[in-house]
Amino acid sequence: MERYYQESIECADREEIRAIQSEKLIAQVQNVWNNVPYYRKKMEEKGITPDDIKSVDDLHKLPFLSKNDLRECYPYGLLARPLKDCVRIQSTSGTTGKRVVAFYTQHDIDLWEDCCARAIMAAGGTDEDVCQVSYGYGLFTGGPGLNGGSHKVGCLTIPTSSGNTDRQIMFIMDLSATILCCTPSYAAYLGERMQEMGLGPDDIPLKAGIFGAEAWSEEMRHDIEKTLGIKAYDIYGLTELSGPGVSFECSAQAGMHVNEDHFIPEIIDPDTEEVLPDGEYGELVFTAVDKEAFPMIRYRTRDVCCLTHEKCSCGRTHVRMMKPKGRTDDMLIIRGVNVFPSQIETVLLNYGYPANYQIIVDRVNNTDTFEVRVEMTPEMFTDNMGEIAERQKELVEGLKSMLGIRAKVSLVAPKTIARSEGKAVRVIDNRKI
Amino acid sequence: MSIKQISVFLENKPGQLKAMTAALASNNIDMRALSLAETKDFGIARLIVDDVFDAVNVLKDNDFVASLTPVLAVEIPDETGGLDRLLSIFDETQVNIEYMYAFLGGKETKKACMIFRVADTKTAEARLAGKGLTILSQEDIAEL
Repeated sequence: MERYYQESIECADREEIRAIQSEKLIAQVQNVWNNVPYYRKKMEEKGITPDDIKSVDDLHKLPFLSKNDLRECYPYGLLARPLKDCVRIQSTSGTTGKRVVAFYTQHDIDLWEDCCARAIMAAGGTDEDVCQVSYGYGLFTGGPGLNGGSHKVGCLTIPTSSGNTDRQIMFIMDLSATILCCTPSYAAYLGERMQEMGLGPDDIPLKAGIFGAEAWSEEMRHDIEKTLGIKAYDIYGLTELSGPGVSFECSAQAGMHVNEDHFIPEIIDPDTEEVLPDGEYGELVFTAVDKEAFPMIRYRTRDVCCLTHEKCSCGRTHVRMMKPKGRTDDMLIIRGVNVFPSQIETVLLNYGYPANYQIIVDRVNNTDTFEVRVEMTPEMFTDNMGEIAERQKELVEGLKSMLGIRAKVSLVAPKTIARSEGKAVRVIDNRKI
Repeated sequence: MSIKQISVFLENKPGQLKAMTAALASNNIDMRALSLAETKDFGIARLIVDDVFDAVNVLKDNDFVASLTPVLAVEIPDETGGLDRLLSIFDETQVNIEYMYAFLGGKETKKACMIFRVADTKTAEARLAGKGLTILSQEDIAEL
């Protein structure tokens, strides 16, 4: 039996959803016009005022917001509420330029946690479940989001956060965790570890997993489902919009339902910026219609994706988005963490290395491997082996503190980094997702 | 006086050392001594050659990263206990050795040559010379 957290809205008829969206959009546009000079200026440049937005059909008239706008407005430029009304920030990894710092009022936290609660119930969760949240807690949205959602559903929540695999397994087994929330690669890793310990799918109390923050394939889903003896559900989100729970999978596992009463999705042609119809792949754009502190109007996610309004067997009426197929920028998602090549470049320059590098990403045993190759230069080279090894270690630490994940740093001979037509190939992604 | 050792960066993978020796051979560089130090993913080849200037240029032209390091070349008789007697002098004079390697010397004399890398080459040299040791010059090495 399908379970819903907020059935009346999750299964509302389309007309009702449109009415809710229209009402919220009109209010949100008025809100940013009044409270965020940056949005007002963008709207004025496009020659529109809040009066032009009469329903959700007018969404396409509004200007887009990009990651560049976020950078320009860092940290407070897009705030629509006074700081005293904000209760939390969450943030992505990265430098000032690439780092997203999102603000939340209590209302914003509530709606985010509601979205996560919908995802947990769509995965079969109830207040009788024990939900282990093995996403990282802290600035990363994964842990806090699912933790809040789990509370709202009434699950007994185990906030293990990420890491310490043996302790994770101990809690799953000793407290009979039934739902696991983490990145798919960590789920796969846990599964392997449990298998090594002689635990088969029937020994493991888990029945469902909610996995997101990175791309994963159907094959990987089947592997995880088989090893852990669970049903594995996908969840999607981004810090700019709140975090995980922007969309989630239901029992049909045929695309992720977008929480449309909060986030209105559009697919656009990234070049012409025209809105594309259902079924066509393009860039996913979101408008967060009732976030108070950090609104986001037509935010370009850079994720390549498509939408479908076809009726879903689960009973939910909200539009579904397919798994993102890729990116329109150079962002990589490695072990659930967003990585831009330019961040690596910054670290190299900070540590006195030339910006001649190559990133090699692969997936071995369902875990991402991440190597940064740097060409040795006469300036870096010394006859003292210990000194070179020490500097290599420093660079590993520098990358770790910038990106939040560990990279293997390899020093390679000059001119060995592959160049195509004179231009260095910076990223080699061998993952088959 | 110290001599110049060429240190060359090599990736720790098949064919790297051969690529270096090929470059040197095709340019008629004569190696007097060679020592290798390695970690899991990279290594350093340390060379003593007849013509340092030429060798460095050849390596540079062939895209190798190389640097020059001052080392001491000390001649010892090629006989039992030769190195031990030498090291006792290092010991007495409190000279700390970072690394060392050896080669058999001249074509006629029965001599061996030890290459030493020390932290303070000048001080070490003065102390060793004071004990009557023969320290080879760059010219001596070229003529060997």
